[in-house]
Amino acid sequence: MFPNLKNPVFTDVDDLNEMARQIRRDIINMLLLSKSGHSGGPLGLADIFTALYFNKLNLLPEDPYNAERDFVFLSIGHVAPVWYATLSRRGYFPLDELKTLRKVNGRLQGHPAPLKTHGLPGVEIASGALGQGLSIAVGTALGLRLSKKPNHVYCICGDGELAEGQIWEAAMTAHHHKTDNLTVIVDRNHCQIDNRTENVQVLEPLADKWKAFGFEVFEIDGHNMKEVLDTIDAVKKVKGKPSCIIAYTKMGRGVSFMEDNYKWHGVPPNDEQGKIALGELAATKYGDFVDYYNEK
Amino acid sequence: MNYIHKFENYLIEDLDLSKPELKETRRGFGDALVDLGKSNPDVVVLGGDVSGSVRTDMFRDAYPERFFSVGIAEQDMMGTAAGLALAGKIPFASTYGEFATGRPFDQIRQSIAYSVMNVKICASHCGFTVGPDGATHQSLEDVGIMRILPHMNVITPVDYNQTYRAIIECTKVNEPFYIRFYRDNSPNYTNPDAPFKFGKADTLYEGSDCTIIASGLMVWESMMALELLAKEKISVRLINMHTIKPIDRDAIVKAAKDTGCIVTCEDHQKIGGLGGAVAEVLAQEYPAPVEFIGASDTFGESGKAAELYEKYGISSRHIAEAVKRAVKRKK
Repeated sequence: MFPNLKNPVFTDVDDLNEMARQIRRDIINMLLLSKSGHSGGPLGLADIFTALYFNKLNLLPEDPYNAERDFVFLSIGHVAPVWYATLSRRGYFPLDELKTLRKVNGRLQGHPAPLKTHGLPGVEIASGALGQGLSIAVGTALGLRLSKKPNHVYCICGDGELAEGQIWEAAMTAHHHKTDNLTVIVDRNHCQIDNRTENVQVLEPLADKWKAFGFEVFEIDGHNMKEVLDTIDAVKKVKGKPSCIIAYTKMGRGVSFMEDNYKWHGVPPNDEQGKIALGELAATKYGDFVDYYNEK
Repeated sequence: MNYIHKFENYLIEDLDLSKPELKETRRGFGDALVDLGKSNPDVVVLGGDVSGSVRTDMFRDAYPERFFSVGIAEQDMMGTAAGLALAGKIPFASTYGEFATGRPFDQIRQSIAYSVMNVKICASHCGFTVGPDGATHQSLEDVGIMRILPHMNVITPVDYNQTYRAIIECTKVNEPFYIRFYRDNSPNYTNPDAPFKFGKADTLYEGSDCTIIASGLMVWESMMALELLAKEKISVRLINMHTIKPIDRDAIVKAAKDTGCIVTCEDHQKIGGLGGAVAEVLAQEYPAPVEFIGASDTFGESGKAAELYEKYGISSRHIAEAVKRAVKRKK
């Protein structure tokens, strides 16, 4: 009854890890070109995006809005570079378009722009103002269930973002309606723009909060590909309640001077820093979409 | 009475201005939802705890599987509605005017208007007429803050019949809508068979000295003003501007050309609402004297609706005075 759309591109963890590294290189190159944007969050999420798009999601890049697709909502719109790089690497749009991040007349807006006005394949709805994604995900999950459809809905939230009250309104709605076709993935990197999360506003005990709100909670290393894959399988088996993956990650993962440093939340690397970053993220068999230092 | 020229097709036959049928506009919303639910399985309704007050309880009882309670959480309600629209549904999100617009403004802006989601935001209890509840519940800014949003359509029906028709019609346009109505019983006087023309103003009365452009309950109030003005031999065109956005620019410009001056009437702030919208059109296309009837940059207070209309200067008497001022300003 349900066609398997996903055609997983990679099943081998090493292949997935190499793609995640290429996506990290893409993020650095995009930010070098745009000279504006967020470095830390996107680098930290590269493994989770790779696991979703290159293995776990039901999707068809050539038919991005197929009715059988799994839904992905990016509540933290500012980490758009990792989403754009992933979508492009997965074939949703040409790699060359990654050069247009944050450029006028482009589809790769600083924060994801709506499908209806900008038309970037793979994006469902605008995000950027924080705290709004989970409500949308719950609504879509309810609509899918009403239509008796098996699509799964994923919502990616930041940890600092969880201060927004709407997140917990949505969590209560998800609990009340027992939306077991919904998984929220929290990027728990302990960093937000002003400082470390616990210095800005105490968030712990985070797992207990989600449990108290009626979610089945999974705590994982968000950089361990095998663990990410296995957990996505596990959340789909949860019945009668929504699920939450708290993925412990490092902001700026893969670039030593950015790693776990909140100061890299909202800034791009300069040319010198970019060179070091690309040096640390070894080149892959997939190749870069731009040779920034020779083309500029 | 020679100074009043009624357009028959928009008003019910045998309308007795002194004794109209009284009916709730919110009930027109509730009845339309039940009928839509029957004919369209994609219509869903979100409840923010006040389903009895906004008359969505009838839909809830008829189609419980298509009614989603989200608690007293208007921000979440708007986002959930957007998500339901993405799943192919036609969601109606309804609560009181202030909580349908002011509280979740950012959610409406990003997740509904910017994202062009097929969400129908339906606000009851608008304007001064929630009287005794006082200023916190008197939504006087909602039209302004919805009208300013790109992609948002704004409708303010005048009575039960027109609310019913507007709700049915809005499902035919795959865009966000804001539809404003009221709690109390009010005169039900528009012809139920008259088509609701989205974006096209209704001219209810013809006249030559001035045009009143009114919205919502103020259309009836303006009809009462016409009676007062006829006694002073002032002939007035009355336009029901039920669609505030996209506004009927042609009707406004034609009124200014034909009658030389305009009075706008709304149960809402003068700033940003219908008055502002009309003035924007005239300033650009055909400058003419305009007088505004509405809340004068002030919040309301507790009291009976009629007392508040009198105190805040939006009763038929005030409308008639405004018409005379506008006529005087004509060159």
